Amino acid sequence: MKRHRKVSLIAGAVVVVSLTGSAVMLHRTDQLRPQATLEEVLYLSSPTVLKRASLGYDGLLADIYWTRAVQYFGVRHHNGARNYNLLFPLLDITTHLDPRLVVAYQFGASFLAPPPPGGAGQPERAIQLMEYGIQNNPDNWKLYYDLGFVYYMNLKDYSKAADAFERGSKVPNAHPFLRLLAAQMAEHAGEFDTARMMWNATYQNSQDKLIRQNAVEHLRALRVEEDVTYLQQAVTHFGGRAGRLPASMAELAAAEGLPGIPVDPDGHPYKLTPQGRVEVRVPDDFPFATKGLPPGFKPQPQFDNQPQ
Amino acid sequence: MKARIVHIASNTFREAVRDRVLYNLIAFAVLLSGAAILVGQISIDIEKLVVINLGLTAVSLFGIVIAIFIGIGLVSKEIEKRTLYTVLSRPVRRWEFIVGKFFGLAGTLVVNTFFMAIGVFAALFYVSHKFVRADALILVALYFIVLEFLIVCSLALLFSSFSSPLLSAVFAFSLFVIGSFAEDLRGFAGMAHGFTRWLVTGAAYLVPNLSAFNVISSIAHEQPVAAQLIWHNTLYALFYATMALSGAVLIFEHRNLK
Repeated sequence: MKRHRKVSLIAGAVVVVSLTGSAVMLHRTDQLRPQATLEEVLYLSSPTVLKRASLGYDGLLADIYWTRAVQYFGVRHHNGARNYNLLFPLLDITTHLDPRLVVAYQFGASFLAPPPPGGAGQPERAIQLMEYGIQNNPDNWKLYYDLGFVYYMNLKDYSKAADAFERGSKVPNAHPFLRLLAAQMAEHAGEFDTARMMWNATYQNSQDKLIRQNAVEHLRALRVEEDVTYLQQAVTHFGGRAGRLPASMAELAAAEGLPGIPVDPDGHPYKLTPQGRVEVRVPDDFPFATKGLPPGFKPQPQFDNQPQ
Repeated sequence: MKARIVHIASNTFREAVRDRVLYNLIAFAVLLSGAAILVGQISIDIEKLVVINLGLTAVSLFGIVIAIFIGIGLVSKEIEKRTLYTVLSRPVRRWEFIVGKFFGLAGTLVVNTFFMAIGVFAALFYVSHKFVRADALILVALYFIVLEFLIVCSLALLFSSFSSPLLSAVFAFSLFVIGSFAEDLRGFAGMAHGFTRWLVTGAAYLVPNLSAFNVISSIAHEQPVAAQLIWHNTLYALFYATMALSGAVLIFEHRNLK
């Protein structure tokens, strides 16, 4: 009995030591071959072959490929990558395996469409993905909305955006704002108003915390851009009248009849540089703003998510 | 007769439980709970889909593996251990032995599926915090999976009645794979001409059509299943399992056991 116990103890210890040893060696091997990770590998690139190989369990395989696409984008985005060669093939496989996986079209397009570092900079591929999604889910108005969003935000193609919103507005139970958006696109209405409407719609139509937060960030950035545009016009107006730049924001406010020192969405007063540029005090607080930032300022990469 | 079949079936069930077949439930529970927690962290917006897809796929695959690996040994093991002679020396007919074995294995799989279904619904409740009417569709998918088990059980038993366990496993698994491509096979038959067409069409109708039983992906997207499909699949499974079981009885009746 005593001998039996001794053998058990030794065998147990050997199991633990061997397992630890193999884990350590595996870790070391991974460090030697940093590129040899699943992230860069697409063993089978044909969606048709994969669908056949799944033996009918294609739903689960689609979930796995969708998770791979999310991880691929997430890791590369985090590392500030500029190319996303496998992103579209991964999304293509995912959506062919499960054409009803709507989340893959919506998020997939928002990974593909925005320019780097926000996304892959492949809006044409995003459109291809969305059209495939619409073909397979013609009654889902959100897909038409997302398609119009890509045309508007990333390609500035107003007529195609209007067409996408118009198509979506005809879907039963479509949100009424699609018709409104279609009309606004058709007449190229005010950029800020349209963008604000779209991000508001994004906020209202999603339950996802991250997406809602993202929409709020974009709305804050829009407000900054609008303020800065207006204040910059005021500076120009002041210069034309006084023949010099205003010495301070207070002087500008007094001369141009502003109700007070203008403040950004966080309540910080806008800054007027000696060169006459209007800037926000804390640029990092507005990662999506394209105006009011110091020259050469590069925001930290943020996930430029689009509406769901 | 009925009592003898029930007796053999209950013995088969007890033997499967003694062989620790139901231990697969532990692996299933770990897999499902692990996936439910992990997917929420590494993917986006598919927690519920994964629970349904993974849960039902695991129910199906675990069951198929059990059906094949238990089914192939049901007759050959009895011959090997010579327990078959003890059974047949009593007033038990050969066909009763085969039918009893079939019901025993099918019963094991139904019990196994029942516990797994509880696991699927528990995981679903964990990720959704509620049940909706469409979740009841999962029961249809589970019913189809059980029908699929009946077919695979009967095939495993058919092969077990005349072949070695290894070959039976290969045959049964091959038919399962081919059965998943049955619709393609019928498509190929439509493209062929002359004698080949007849040959391929015959083969396509002979192999089990398992693809019609797989509605997991549709169910995961809350797509309803036509009542007609439920009815057709039920009848098909009953016809096919009866055919394979009758084949097994036919072979076993004429087998020289000396």
